[in-house]
Amino acid sequence: MKRIARGTLALAAASASLVCMIDRPAAQQKELVIGEQCDRTGATQLVGVILCPGIMDYIDLINSKGGVEGYRIRLDEIDHEYKVPPAIEAYERYKAEGAVSIMLYGTPQTQALTQKLNEDKIPGTSPGFGTSAAANGTRYPYVFPIAASYWSQGAAAIKFIKDKLGGNLEGKKIAYLYYDNPAGHEPMVILEDLRKTEKFELKNFAVPPPGVEMGAQVLDITQRFRPDFVISHLFGRSPSVAIKELKRAGYPLSKVVGLVWASAEADVQAAGGWSVAEGYHTIQFAGVGDDYPARHEIAAMYKAQGKEPPKEMQNTVYYNRGLLAAALHVEAVRNAIKARGGEKPSGEDVKKGFEAIHGLTLGGLVPPMELSASDHEGGGWVQIFQAKGGKFVKETSSPAWMPRFGWRFRPAVQWPRRLAR
Amino acid sequence: MFHRESGVFKTSYVADMAVYPLPIAKWTVAALAALFAVIVPLAMNEYYLSLLNLILIAVVGALGLNILVGYTGQISIGHGALMSVGAYTAANLVTRLDAPFWLALPAGGAMAATIGAVIGIPSLRIKGLYLAIATLAGQLIIEWTINHVSWISGGVQASIEVPRPTLFGAQLRTQAQFYVFLLFFAAVAIVATINLARSRIGRAFVAVRDQDIAAEIIGIDIFRYKLLAFAISSFYAGVTGVLYTYYLGIANYEQFQINVSIDYLAMIIIGGLGSVLGSIFGAIFVTLLPIVTRWMLEGLGGLILSPADLANIIPNLRLVIFGALIIIFLALEPEGLSRLWRNIVAYFRVWPFSY
Repeated sequence: MKRIARGTLALAAASASLVCMIDRPAAQQKELVIGEQCDRTGATQLVGVILCPGIMDYIDLINSKGGVEGYRIRLDEIDHEYKVPPAIEAYERYKAEGAVSIMLYGTPQTQALTQKLNEDKIPGTSPGFGTSAAANGTRYPYVFPIAASYWSQGAAAIKFIKDKLGGNLEGKKIAYLYYDNPAGHEPMVILEDLRKTEKFELKNFAVPPPGVEMGAQVLDITQRFRPDFVISHLFGRSPSVAIKELKRAGYPLSKVVGLVWASAEADVQAAGGWSVAEGYHTIQFAGVGDDYPARHEIAAMYKAQGKEPPKEMQNTVYYNRGLLAAALHVEAVRNAIKARGGEKPSGEDVKKGFEAIHGLTLGGLVPPMELSASDHEGGGWVQIFQAKGGKFVKETSSPAWMPRFGWRFRPAVQWPRRLAR
Repeated sequence: MFHRESGVFKTSYVADMAVYPLPIAKWTVAALAALFAVIVPLAMNEYYLSLLNLILIAVVGALGLNILVGYTGQISIGHGALMSVGAYTAANLVTRLDAPFWLALPAGGAMAATIGAVIGIPSLRIKGLYLAIATLAGQLIIEWTINHVSWISGGVQASIEVPRPTLFGAQLRTQAQFYVFLLFFAAVAIVATINLARSRIGRAFVAVRDQDIAAEIIGIDIFRYKLLAFAISSFYAGVTGVLYTYYLGIANYEQFQINVSIDYLAMIIIGGLGSVLGSIFGAIFVTLLPIVTRWMLEGLGGLILSPADLANIIPNLRLVIFGALIIIFLALEPEGLSRLWRNIVAYFRVWPFSY
């Protein structure tokens, strides 16, 4: 029993010291906090372990060059395991630290925090995921589904297929192979709209979570439906399974296009390597490959510190998306500081900073997006790449960056009337 | 609590059955209530209050699951889905009919109770692992339904935005306001559970848990009480879902997936099965442990590691520590944290004369 008493005391002492520890000194002058949520251990860790180092490296690069307009940026990364309660805890911590903007991670987490962001006037970004309707900045003032929402991705896939099939989709057959969750359902609205205007035949094939078993769907696609093109909208491990199964069924992978989360080097490698995936098309909202100034500078920064560039850089798809997200936040903060004449900006200022972003290209890594108070997506730009000879090569049949296709802002509709078909 | 009985001379059954047999126990509870209801919301900053809010929501859910698993001895891996039933019922009522929270909250609970009772029907014939699988099926069916029936889910995104509840004409906004709101329901849940356990129903639950054939022989209607346990427990789960929905301002079924069911089971097993205090301890433990380990790792790890390495190590190490602590706690005290607490209290009660 004495043991217990001693244990209790030790526990109390430990917790007391902890409370002291977390009450850190207030942020120094000339420092700005940006919150960054990540998932390195949960359902989407395949993405997180590459993307988040990209973000950190870019912020390190900016800080090593003297920061943004004299401000050092402190990036606060919190891993939420793709769960919602830790994401809320992380958000409250960012708020307590006075973060001026937040990089969200994950669709359910984005949705859970949307209302809080609006109330607290802190801008949050959801690059390539989240709520597509949030592209409407009047309805969702503090959420930025920058680069390309699921709607833009789905529409871009149709545009690409249309160009590929000779500019006319009438009578053509397109299969939509999707992960059976809300994110997988999201592009269906836009695909359905385009089906009517472009007059093609569309059939949906759901892959139930966890998405590693899709033999039946692929057989159905290749043997029965026999489409002219397949759109694959899958997450996590499942894109590689789709590549493998389609290949095994003898379907030409050059007639498959993957949306942004089915588009990384890791998916190709997991499918059995580049020789298996040869011809596979991918949609990208950030530049792919090594030849961008930001990446050279980061490699040089590591060299200067006497270190090897991190191995994460080899997975260019996710790493470059991290660079894109970080670069947008830095640019927004820069705009905000400039607008305030060098004073420390608030979340509201940074939101306006985001809306003032234009002409940021980073040498082709970032699409030519033009954000505005109403358009929080910046035009919905994507690029098409094809797996060819051991790497992703830019597709030549479509323009360098494709803008939003086939849809405009829909009027913000109150829930729950925006029903599915 | 830390007090010693003396002069306990009970002369009536009523006195013997009182929740707090001693005046000092009453005062302790009153003092605790005052601390949490008045001092905490005034003294704590928003961040700590937000942690407390997450805990308060978890307490309600853990209590509900404990009624089923701890008191009645039935298992459920479907409680995450039952929370989403409550959440979507409330969200639909609020957005379609502008229902106030005092209507949406019990309605969400009642809907979850109804569906929970249906999910509980297999418990009449099967037990243990078999029942776990049956309730798991319930979880998957509910998830699928919400994902695909847009009439319930409000659209392809399966998420419905819900305005914050209005109380006395003012909308709840700050964490402190939410804290008071959530504390009220957590307190009601705690008092209700304590009293349920002391009632005829609660004793029937315990009899079913200990040996259901024996319980049937002494005249307990197994059919009725098993389903009642599922219904009551699911009611709590539904209310948890509604509170979550109000707290976040959105109902989303991805917040109530299978891992949530497992988390709540972990709470009551770590806290202590069949104990109200255990549910509270478990909710605190499971909610706070990842956060506290991160604070610790950030404080200590920053001294020896670079930020980039730290960012990679913290989340992974946190999972390891979380698992290890659960194993250690359960190895030390298989009956959970509430038993550990009782041991501590028992030690101090006779201190310093331990023999």
